[in-house]
Amino acid sequence: MSKTLFDKVWDSHVVHKIKDGPDVLFIDRHMVHEVTSPVAFLGLKKRGIKVLFPKKTFATADHNTPTVNQHLPVKDPLSANQLLALEKNSKLHGISYWGLGHEKNGIVHVVGPEYGITQPGATIVCGDSHTSTHGAFGAIAFGIGTSEVEMVLSTQCIMQPKPKTMRITIDGKLNKGVSPKDVALFIISELSTSGATGYFVEYSGEVFRDMSMEGRMTVCNLSIEMGARGGMIAPDAKTYDYIKDREYTPKKENWIKAMKYWNTLASDQDAIFDKELKFYGESINPMITYGTNPGMGMGISKEIPLAKNQDGGIETYKKSLSYMNFSEGQSMIGKNIDFVFLGSCTNGRIEDFREFTKIIKGRKKASNVTAWLVPGSHQVEKAIKDEGLLDILIESGFELREPGCSACLAMNDDKIPSGKYAVSTSNRNFEGRQGPGSRTLLASPLVAAAAAVTGKITDPRTLY
Amino acid sequence: MAYEKFKILKSNCVPLPIENIDTDQIIPARFLKATERVGFGDNLFRDWRYNSDDTQKKDFVLNNKKFDGKILVGGKNFGSGSSREHAAWAIYDYGFRCVISSFFADIFRGNCLNIGVLPVQVSAEFLDKIFQVVFDDPKSEIIVSLLDQTVTIVKLNISEPFEINSYKKNNMLNGYDDIDYLVNIKDTIKKFSKTTPL
Ligand code: SF4
Repeated sequence: MSKTLFDKVWDSHVVHKIKDGPDVLFIDRHMVHEVTSPVAFLGLKKRGIKVLFPKKTFATADHNTPTVNQHLPVKDPLSANQLLALEKNSKLHGISYWGLGHEKNGIVHVVGPEYGITQPGATIVCGDSHTSTHGAFGAIAFGIGTSEVEMVLSTQCIMQPKPKTMRITIDGKLNKGVSPKDVALFIISELSTSGATGYFVEYSGEVFRDMSMEGRMTVCNLSIEMGARGGMIAPDAKTYDYIKDREYTPKKENWIKAMKYWNTLASDQDAIFDKELKFYGESINPMITYGTNPGMGMGISKEIPLAKNQDGGIETYKKSLSYMNFSEGQSMIGKNIDFVFLGSCTNGRIEDFREFTKIIKGRKKASNVTAWLVPGSHQVEKAIKDEGLLDILIESGFELREPGCSACLAMNDDKIPSGKYAVSTSNRNFEGRQGPGSRTLLASPLVAAAAAVTGKITDPRTLY
Repeated sequence: MAYEKFKILKSNCVPLPIENIDTDQIIPARFLKATERVGFGDNLFRDWRYNSDDTQKKDFVLNNKKFDGKILVGGKNFGSGSSREHAAWAIYDYGFRCVISSFFADIFRGNCLNIGVLPVQVSAEFLDKIFQVVFDDPKSEIIVSLLDQTVTIVKLNISEPFEINSYKKNNMLNGYDDIDYLVNIKDTIKKFSKTTPL
């Protein structure tokens, strides 16, 4: 029987099927960070069990870490305590641990691919919803809760009902100034934040084939924002080029063997998806969000939609606009902003910094803007320096911070003050996500750069 | 972690007729720093419940003495956003045992089932009726029977069935968790691991 890419990977990992219940799914790679793991480790202790396969588990510290002065002790005692717990738990169970200051440290979904932990055909989980990022390599990757973290630590399995499948095909070419982030925000604005709930998405078509691995990661990362469990893209030559010779990828004959398997990982011609959607690359423009969920996005030069044209609850919609202090029918262009955040597992990779510097080069940071530029990992940070991007940033009046999740969820000191507007390349614009009372406008690194140098919401296409 | 068994729950409820209630509202990120599961109930809906000076926001439903009970009723797409199980813990630790909505986000639903909060998905019409009845009379009771998989608005004497797979149902009826199950099939898992390429 013909199968989708998703079916192939899923079916080959089912250890056991429970009648009218979930599948017991074997997990190849488990990524762990400080926030969602301590209670799971505590659970193991209470049950008196050890991690079953420590070599399949990888820990990094990212959510709580400061992005300045990482060489000094962490000031916030609660954060310091959580970081210490991860270090101790990793040591106790023999898990590789890339803590603060370690050269491989960075955001969990950035370092996984960087070191080749992420591979095609693998099942990957982490106690973080944006685990969907790793799907860019043709892996089944999704976020799990702490009870499930405990399950994977203790048995390397989780119990999940098999989701339905959806294919989103986008053919054609992307317009100038349109980036992978815009593609994702466009899809979410079409589907809403619950449009793909219950589904696992495969992205296909020319637009994704043409996209770099970094871009594919951005798109898969945002799958969760339309409600999907995850998103994936079939591996191809670009995937293999990216992962070849990385620390954890197979070498020599094992590589050849792995390639043979990976080459079978595409949806069969006549595979049937539970749902199919098609869009055209040319119809996508640079996007920005105006509300308090990622589905409330629009082309940057458009006007905020009217409440009466909403499918959902009008009251909820109005509440959201009032939180943002925006009104229906208002245009966003020219609106003053206060902060720019470039970073996160959505847009904290080297390509994002390259895009950002393209716009700011030869211009100066606007005086009304505070900019936080946060690389996703030390490897990204190093590349920024090696490629001379840091010089361009400094020349334009910007500074670079140290790696971490930072203002994406504002668990450390990087909090946007109440009432302030931030153009952010991260993934969520929920109320208070970037600090109590903060107002987030999600956008691509290009839109963020345009805002950073003009101090306002600006169409980046006017700055080329 | 063990949780209270769930068979039949008869309770009045707390209405929250807002759509897309995300996990950052249920429990803001700055309260995720604990290394043990303690104190989450206090910070449930923290920023909707309290002003920045920690005084209560009078108009928020959890601060309204008229409404109480073990059932939380929320608008469509409840629990979207992050995978933080802390959101489900906050709901459980506050004292809720059941959340009713017309649509749940995936990971949140799974997290609830894993820790003993029953997510009950009803039709949009039925949800509206619950809101109406409860706003009319906050003492109106709802019966959620996991045994029969039905939810009943006592005052109107109307019921609707809800879905749950029989494995999860059995777990909740007995207070079991998945790890007990998985630990029991460890040998099968170990054998399976030898066949995987990674
Ligand atoms: S950058 Fe944001 S979304 Fe990504 S792992 Fe960190 S907190 Fe989660």
